[in-house]
Amino acid sequence: MKTVKARNVVFEYIRRDEEGNVEGINTAVDHVSLDVNPGEFIAILGHNGSGKSTFAKHINAILYPTEGNLWVDGMDTLDEEKLWEIRQTAGMVFQNPDNQIIGQVVEEDVGFGPENMGVPTKEIWERVEESLKAVGMYEYRKHSPNKLSGGQKQRVSIAGVLAMHPKCIILDEPTAMLDPNGRADVIRAVRALNEVEGMTVILITHYMEEIIHADKVFVMDKGKIAMEGTPKEVFSRVEELKALRLDVPQVTLLAYELQKRGLPIPKGILTTEEFTREIQKLRNPVRRA
Amino acid sequence: MPIILDHVNYVYDSDSPTSKKALNDVCLTIPDGQFIGIIGHTGSGKSTLVQHLNGLLKATEGHIYVDGEDIYDKDYNLKKLRSKVGLVFQYPEHQLFEIDVFSDVCYGPKNLGLEKKEVELRAYDALRKVGLPDDLFYQSPFELSGGQKRRVAIAGVLAMKPKVLILDEPTAGLDPKGRNEILDQVKQLQKETGITILLVSHSMDDVAEYVDRIIVMNKGAVKYDDVPKEVFKHYKELEEVGLAAPQVTYIMRDLAANGVPVGTDATTIHEATEEILRALGR
Repeated sequence: MKTVKARNVVFEYIRRDEEGNVEGINTAVDHVSLDVNPGEFIAILGHNGSGKSTFAKHINAILYPTEGNLWVDGMDTLDEEKLWEIRQTAGMVFQNPDNQIIGQVVEEDVGFGPENMGVPTKEIWERVEESLKAVGMYEYRKHSPNKLSGGQKQRVSIAGVLAMHPKCIILDEPTAMLDPNGRADVIRAVRALNEVEGMTVILITHYMEEIIHADKVFVMDKGKIAMEGTPKEVFSRVEELKALRLDVPQVTLLAYELQKRGLPIPKGILTTEEFTREIQKLRNPVRRA
Repeated sequence: MPIILDHVNYVYDSDSPTSKKALNDVCLTIPDGQFIGIIGHTGSGKSTLVQHLNGLLKATEGHIYVDGEDIYDKDYNLKKLRSKVGLVFQYPEHQLFEIDVFSDVCYGPKNLGLEKKEVELRAYDALRKVGLPDDLFYQSPFELSGGQKRRVAIAGVLAMKPKVLILDEPTAGLDPKGRNEILDQVKQLQKETGITILLVSHSMDDVAEYVDRIIVMNKGAVKYDDVPKEVFKHYKELEEVGLAAPQVTYIMRDLAANGVPVGTDATTIHEATEEILRALGR
């Protein structure tokens, strides 16, 4: 079964003036269809206002499609009876770390979700422990969240979602408000969840360096999926990405500039190691016997 | 309007057990017309530093001279200083409040007690300088995109006609194109008006492309103060304090370490392209 299956999802919202008259209808998500398989690391890119966050909010049933359907682990998000089950299956982490922490102590905060689900106390503690360990925040379990850095708070938020044992975790620009250290720590934690624990991850971001390890990338524009493919495929299309107000990682851009100047370098280079290898090849071309 | 910081120290909650030294013996000279990047990780003191420059925070020890005058003098007019040193905070769009864009930008100069006509001229001029299209002037600021809102907020400070403009993380949360647009506009502004610009950021990639000088803050002290090329030579030390050089620096180092004869001080894509082509003899 697909972890997430979207078919022709449309989301419209109605703009009203002060008297409540309809001013117009905006289509924020426009016929989006996509599949996410169990264990995949999916990235959704898009500029501000491209509809990526609106779409993400459909996956844990914060928003419902105006048209079309979206299934999470086989459950239709339009089915009200499944609402809580869907939200436990697909957990969401938001952009601002300060808006999603409620506990006075880190471990209480992480325990909040499973407690609300009626998990027995002993198991709550087990879940809190394993979740905090998974994001590398176990040693802070007795701390007050107020004294943590942004990156640490985000990792606590992630642990809070993990403690509910979801099948899939959606991160909506989790690093937008963090400094480089915090950003690296959060992304490292997310990758470990995916690779070690096999958690399905949907990462929404506009930092290109964060998604080079994704299995698949979707690029959204005007509510539609404008591009999709592996990071290599998507980052090969430098000009198209720029037209969509996005960037590519610096190493990809450098390779692209050299290519334009006539160097025979393959498209879609993603890492420094790859780049160095290609340049070395150009220096010592393999001579045929 | 040069600014000189002379052995500035700042201690938060100085007489309580939670006191914390946020600035440690900072000495800096900021001449007219420079584009300066102030870099440091969260908690390094960079925001504390810039808040001293318009008198929002008062140094616990040391002196600050603006145009040769000590701003801590009894008779010094701090209100005038604040109109000369404009500070745009992080997420400035949260501070928009008027019914339309134009009124919002008028708010600052109106409070300076200027005539209505002068106020409107300044607002118009400031909105043009940040590149906001005319047809948005009478829209509610809340209907604009993130990047547009941010321009309106910057225009609000520009309308005060500051001599020094400080921008605290002006690109946080914007998409890549929005980031470049704002920074291009700021650079343009600096070229056209000769205004001094201090850009507070933790993105080395952004800063390397735009600024003349980088001040790296760490634990409340100035760690490096030099042109970008020189600062990025210390990339190992930068990592130790939670920063990183632009990715280009790492690429060039990696090439050199693997026997490709390139110089390693390129900090922009353009410089790196030229250097690699040169090394390959093309």
